[in-house]
Amino acid sequence: MELTRKILEGDVRAAARLMTMIENGASEARAALKSLYPHTGSGYIIGITGPPGSGKSTLTDELTDELRKRRKTVGIVAVDPTSPFTGGAILADRIRMQRHSLDADVFIRSMATRGHLGGLARATNDIVDVMDAAGKEVILIETVGVGQDEVEVVGTAHTCVVVSVPGLGDEVQAIKAGILEIGDIFVVNKADREGANRTATELEMMLHMAPDTGGWLPKVYKTVATKGKGIVELVDAIFEHKAFLDERDLRKKKGRERSERAFLTLLQETLAARTIERFKRNGSMKELIERIADRELDPYTAVEEVLESIGL
Amino acid sequence: MTTQVEQKIRVLIAKPGLDGHDRGAKVIARAFRDAGMEVIYTGLRQTPEMIASAAIQEDVDAIGLSCLSGAHMYLFPRVMELLRERGADDIVVFGGGTIPDEDIQKLKAAGIAAVFTPGATTGEAIEFVRTNVRKTV
Amino acid sequence: MHEKRDIKRIEQEKERWEAETLKPTLKNAPERAERFTSVSMAPVERLYTPADLPDRDFMKDLGFPGEYPYTRGVHPTMYRAKLWTMRMFAGYGTAIETNRRFKYLLQQGQMGLSTAFDLPTLMGYDSDHPFAAGEVGKCGVAIDSLADMEVLFDGIPLGEVTTSMTITSPASVLWAMYIAVCEKQGVPYHRIGGTIQNDILKEYIAQKEYIYPIEPSVRLVTDTVLFGAHHLPRWNTISISGYHIREAGATALQELAFTLADGMLYVEEAIKAGLEVDAFAPRLSFFFDCHNDLFEEVAKFRAARRLWARIVREKFEAKDPRSWLLRTHAQTAGVALTAQQPHNNIARVAIQALAGVLGGTQSLHTNAMDEAMALPTEGAATIALRTQQIIAYESGVTNTVDPLAGSYYVEALTNQMEEGAWEYFRRIEDLGGMIRAIEKGFPQREIADAAYAYQQAIEREDKIIVGVNRFTEKEEHQIPLLSIDRAAEGRQIDRLRELRRSRDKDLVVRSLDALRQAAVGKDLWGKDLLMPKILDAVRAYATQGEIMDVFREVWGEYTEPSII
Repeated sequence: MELTRKILEGDVRAAARLMTMIENGASEARAALKSLYPHTGSGYIIGITGPPGSGKSTLTDELTDELRKRRKTVGIVAVDPTSPFTGGAILADRIRMQRHSLDADVFIRSMATRGHLGGLARATNDIVDVMDAAGKEVILIETVGVGQDEVEVVGTAHTCVVVSVPGLGDEVQAIKAGILEIGDIFVVNKADREGANRTATELEMMLHMAPDTGGWLPKVYKTVATKGKGIVELVDAIFEHKAFLDERDLRKKKGRERSERAFLTLLQETLAARTIERFKRNGSMKELIERIADRELDPYTAVEEVLESIGL
Repeated sequence: MTTQVEQKIRVLIAKPGLDGHDRGAKVIARAFRDAGMEVIYTGLRQTPEMIASAAIQEDVDAIGLSCLSGAHMYLFPRVMELLRERGADDIVVFGGGTIPDEDIQKLKAAGIAAVFTPGATTGEAIEFVRTNVRKTV
Repeated sequence: MHEKRDIKRIEQEKERWEAETLKPTLKNAPERAERFTSVSMAPVERLYTPADLPDRDFMKDLGFPGEYPYTRGVHPTMYRAKLWTMRMFAGYGTAIETNRRFKYLLQQGQMGLSTAFDLPTLMGYDSDHPFAAGEVGKCGVAIDSLADMEVLFDGIPLGEVTTSMTITSPASVLWAMYIAVCEKQGVPYHRIGGTIQNDILKEYIAQKEYIYPIEPSVRLVTDTVLFGAHHLPRWNTISISGYHIREAGATALQELAFTLADGMLYVEEAIKAGLEVDAFAPRLSFFFDCHNDLFEEVAKFRAARRLWARIVREKFEAKDPRSWLLRTHAQTAGVALTAQQPHNNIARVAIQALAGVLGGTQSLHTNAMDEAMALPTEGAATIALRTQQIIAYESGVTNTVDPLAGSYYVEALTNQMEEGAWEYFRRIEDLGGMIRAIEKGFPQREIADAAYAYQQAIEREDKIIVGVNRFTEKEEHQIPLLSIDRAAEGRQIDRLRELRRSRDKDLVVRSLDALRQAAVGKDLWGKDLLMPKILDAVRAYATQGEIMDVFREVWGEYTEPSII
């Protein structure tokens, strides 16, 4: 396939076009993803998550800089929220990463959530796969960062970095509320500000009390991303975590889990879509819904009836 | 991927050159967002090379360039030239700023699809993008 | 300003008037809109009376001109003695062309010079830097070294005119060049008069011509304040500027509040650096915008003077009345000019200029009608200057001091401005001060919101712009425009290369090394060690790009928070 060949050869425009097709749910995307699939699986995926204003974009930019110094090719997927009122979005994470825009070994893609919850966009996983197939050795995913429950990244990333900042008080609370479990590495960014040590200590205490999740002890790192401080140590820590996963074959396990989730999601989507399509075609959808609304039929029986009618 | 997902217009709004007057760029970015588009804003002081590269990675349908320093005659055509070199001149490029009529004609000849001057409404720009972007996948 | 009893009566009478007179009128002839707002989208009432001025005291809040709190003006006689300085901003191409324009303007009766620099100069790049491509000499004059500055002021006696230089990030370097030219002309330091804009905070907030992170940038500004206080008593070392904040889309109130908040930060920093407030506060000047809404603008200027006097006297405990004075330059609103029917801009500029004069400005620049499209032609700039002269000599508004005082509307607006500004100061304080507020994007977001709201109001036709969304014409009006000679860029680069060949290279290297050392040490804060080193480098013909690169190396560069 022409598109696949171009992407594997490193054609940026071809990869970018495919990403758009994936986001738009175009049918051609599926064929391309099929033929790219054998070429995925070697990229190392890092998730960067944290509350708004924690400096995720600057940190992503600095991580990229350090990874490039270590001669790794880098893909970045930066997710921003879609306005629920207008369906539009302003994707501004690139502002802080533009110095890499002329580096042929860095591919930056901004995505809008388009209504998807969980910190990522619906198509993020597939776009990460395209970057992977296009030969990016490390792929950074920056989650939305609007303070909602952004735990989905844990299912995609090999290493999950949770970013926090000192001085606002409620971040640590927010982390406690659910992100503590997903972080492999914790960062207190803007660590030149007052209260950085206190925030780091509080985090460490909480991590200490957290249940053991298979031998890895998450540590807390302090960075000042705007000044490039603490970045070398952070990248070292990420590679330490990678080594830990590789030693115990956990990366494969994570990969399997990701494949399982991706497969199930795809199965659900496809099944639902095809069922609805067929059902729509034979024209009885409207009538059935009216019967449910009028309480002539309950939705559970309706679903069973529909599935039976198409032989499932 | 048989699920129906809406197709969105993606626009890159960029400030080429050294001038920092970004009121217009920000107003237009918000207006495009409110018109349901996805707007990639790359910030200030972008070289034409950076703009072309970002536009290709982001696979945008259109690029809006804002320049109030008088350097548009160098910067705008240079963006077009780079897009052409990389086979991406199907991206619609439009501009805005303090630009004399005489220059507008020359910019159009260089491939800039439209130029909006002070007083132009965001409605006009939205209408322009909607009617002129390539029909994507 | 009225007795409580009177106010009560007026309120009662107003209610009566509303019922008996107003109501039937509204029934027959409804008003044009449900609500009226200013250009800043602030609500405007139908009628103002003394009841809108509760708890105000004539002596405390207004007083007399030339006396605290200066609401009515900084001079006792205002324009009866001396008109404002008509100072037209000029600069384009190379120093040779701008020198010619300066001489023309002085012949036309202009009273002081005001220099516009091109973007590479404003951003601290030499004309041959790759980022300068296409920008050299475009929106101002290109100055790379002392050699250019010598040409720029050739034949102009700098002991007799005052010069304003609109430059901020590299202000210290351009100022040093100006001082070096004065040295060559034999003008003693105490006679050198003028202004550098040098207000770095508004760059992060609005104009975005920043280079370094905020803290070292503020240090550089403080260094110039110290140098001025010690050596150049007639120089205004910071022109604290609301103009650019307003042009970025701020409301009048935001312009006022953010500008004065910036001013307070500079005062705090200079005090921290060991200066007595009265040693430098008299050399701080301001720069405000004049937009279309006449009364709102007048109120802004009056409130600014009253606020600054109170702040400097009460908060910073200045004793010298000259420290309390808010002296200001003003410029008509470039943002209000339209490319459609450009002649209409002449009328807009007249109203805006009138606002500046009624507001009591000390100097004024009027924009030319063609500036929505290009830099002004000589003809258009002359009409703009004539507009000021007509206001000065024909309108009669200069015959008396603060003529709008006592207008219930203007006084109520002045009070609202003052109260609104205090509210903003409180919010900035809560965010941890102005630097933190900027880092968090607070003023930037407020301004972007205001800009968008205004644009939407225009598109809904809640705000009418003549020739744009009403009274439009199919036929386009063509007016002659200035085109900048494209060859200027090449000529400037040639001059620069020639300079690099001919100067004493060792001297340049030594002076830059000395500057680097001064920039590194944080303990040297507040010892005004940078300016003398910059002066040495300038005298050695180091280029401004080379000097600015020394600081880039030591301090790094700033990236803004993404506020859209």
